[in-house]
Amino acid sequence: MPFPAGDTLLILPELFLTAAASFVLLWATFVSRPRERGLAFFSIGALAATGLLLFVSARMAGTLPRSAFGGMFAMDRFGLYFKGILLLVGIVTILFSLRFISVSPYPGGEYYGLILFSTVGMLFMASGTHLASIVVALELMALSQYVLAGYFKRETKSLEASAKYFVLGAFSSGVLIYGISLVYGAAGTLSLAGIATAFTTAKPPAFLVIGIIFVGCGMFFKIASAPFHVWAPDVYEGAPTPISAFFAVGPKLAAYAIFARIFFVGFGPRAGDWSAIIAASAALTMVVGNVGALMQTNVKRLLGYSSIGHAGYALLGLLAYGDASGIGLWSILVYLLAYAFMNLGAFGLVILLESKGYAGESVDDFNGLAAKNPWLAAAMLVFLLSLAGIPPTAGFVGKYFLFSAAMKAGWFWLSLLAVLMSAVSLFYYFRIARAMYLVEGEGTLHWREEPAVSAAIALCAAGTLAMGILPGPFVQFARTCLLPFGP
Amino acid sequence: MGTPLAFLPILLMMMGAVGVGILLLGLNALIGRKVRTVRKLSPYESGMPLLDDSHKRISVKFFIVAMVFILFDVEAAFLYPWAVVFRQGGWPVFLEMLVFVFVLFLGFAYLWKKGAFDWD
Repeated sequence: MPFPAGDTLLILPELFLTAAASFVLLWATFVSRPRERGLAFFSIGALAATGLLLFVSARMAGTLPRSAFGGMFAMDRFGLYFKGILLLVGIVTILFSLRFISVSPYPGGEYYGLILFSTVGMLFMASGTHLASIVVALELMALSQYVLAGYFKRETKSLEASAKYFVLGAFSSGVLIYGISLVYGAAGTLSLAGIATAFTTAKPPAFLVIGIIFVGCGMFFKIASAPFHVWAPDVYEGAPTPISAFFAVGPKLAAYAIFARIFFVGFGPRAGDWSAIIAASAALTMVVGNVGALMQTNVKRLLGYSSIGHAGYALLGLLAYGDASGIGLWSILVYLLAYAFMNLGAFGLVILLESKGYAGESVDDFNGLAAKNPWLAAAMLVFLLSLAGIPPTAGFVGKYFLFSAAMKAGWFWLSLLAVLMSAVSLFYYFRIARAMYLVEGEGTLHWREEPAVSAAIALCAAGTLAMGILPGPFVQFARTCLLPFGP
Repeated sequence: MGTPLAFLPILLMMMGAVGVGILLLGLNALIGRKVRTVRKLSPYESGMPLLDDSHKRISVKFFIVAMVFILFDVEAAFLYPWAVVFRQGGWPVFLEMLVFVFVLFLGFAYLWKKGAFDWD
């Protein structure tokens, strides 16, 4: 069954990025002594060109949403929103990696190629409207990332991160696919729209609930929410730091895209079955993430736990599925954009401070940063304020809408818990701020002037502040990117 | 069909199989003669004697060869269903398979250049 040629136009950006990734891989292999900066800048160019192509093909597609390949793939504003952020995340990750990879004894070709391949997987995830295409895209993303986590293959920590990520990731994929098979047994189709109609017209069998729970567990793993969060701090700590930044943002955003799509579009009619599970996981995640972060002395681990907490906040949005204004979904969209800016920025500072091996990762390494480099310290302060959710930063805007979405949906105790946990989070974020401003440096701190990383940090800081001071346009834009919610 | 009752013979079959197993092992334990010599207690009583430790380290080269084999084996398996339907699809389907094989060829070139096929 050949598909109309117009379908290919819709996936043109993804096809282009796949070709670019293959080219990077072959370039690095067949050219003797490839220039690593050249590879990096080519990859950045490819990501930017993909963004442009995305814009062009969305324009040429006409009225959105459009579906392609027999309902496997959809081009809609929801997917485009995520794709825009994901491409930005890819570019920032590569900017972070420039020096990091060139001073390391490891080749850059596979590194940049794998980042591009995993971005391709994430782009397809953002557009997947069929459980089969979603799983294939998820695996493309995940397999590239297992390798990236262990890219520093002579560092045992990096290998440990890779092995843990791989074993748990493969296991969670198994759980997810088992759940999908049960859903298929109940609905007779894997297309999300088909699943929704199957459940509205006929009474589904009892085992459907088990299928939904299993799919939910797979999703909880991918967004690192409790009780499936255990891998996150270890992986973030062990992986090369630019990759930790990438993991903390990219896969999480892509996983939220499929989470929202599967549960809103596919399981929308059965919302009563899953809301309690998501509420329980959200509560547990917020507590585990924020309390776990209290005891950390390694900044990468601390950010790992904090990102678990943030996954919990974002789950609140999913609970507000029933609200007619769509606040449940757009509050997640706004929050995830804020999350991307502030987390990438915070990891960027760790990269700047990281001198050799794993040094520069502890909270003490931030001692006296303000006196030595006030601009960097100010940027970190912005990210920390935003992570803690204090105005005028993006994190405040994101949390404000998420919590009010949960209130509107009637989850008062959860919103209360979320506010409480935000207060707890102040403590550990401000340990870093205290180290920067109030503790005298011992002279161990040394960072390198690195224009690429500084530029990326400046971009993130600008985004964090812009969203915090002028949230209107961002919110308005996110409100046009909603999904249809099943009846 | 479709009712649990239709699967009743399978359940009976499973119960029978478990029953026979328990019966034979139980009878053996009750009335069998106990012999406890080294030979009798070895994992493969009547098999080949163990020559070596079974938990040996195996060269990682085997792993790469096995992975590459599986990769191209799956690719070959993917060609069969395509060969069945491609007459109905015509040129577009043919071109799509060419693209697929080309992508695999790129992977093959990468592996070759990286020395995945060199044993030493």
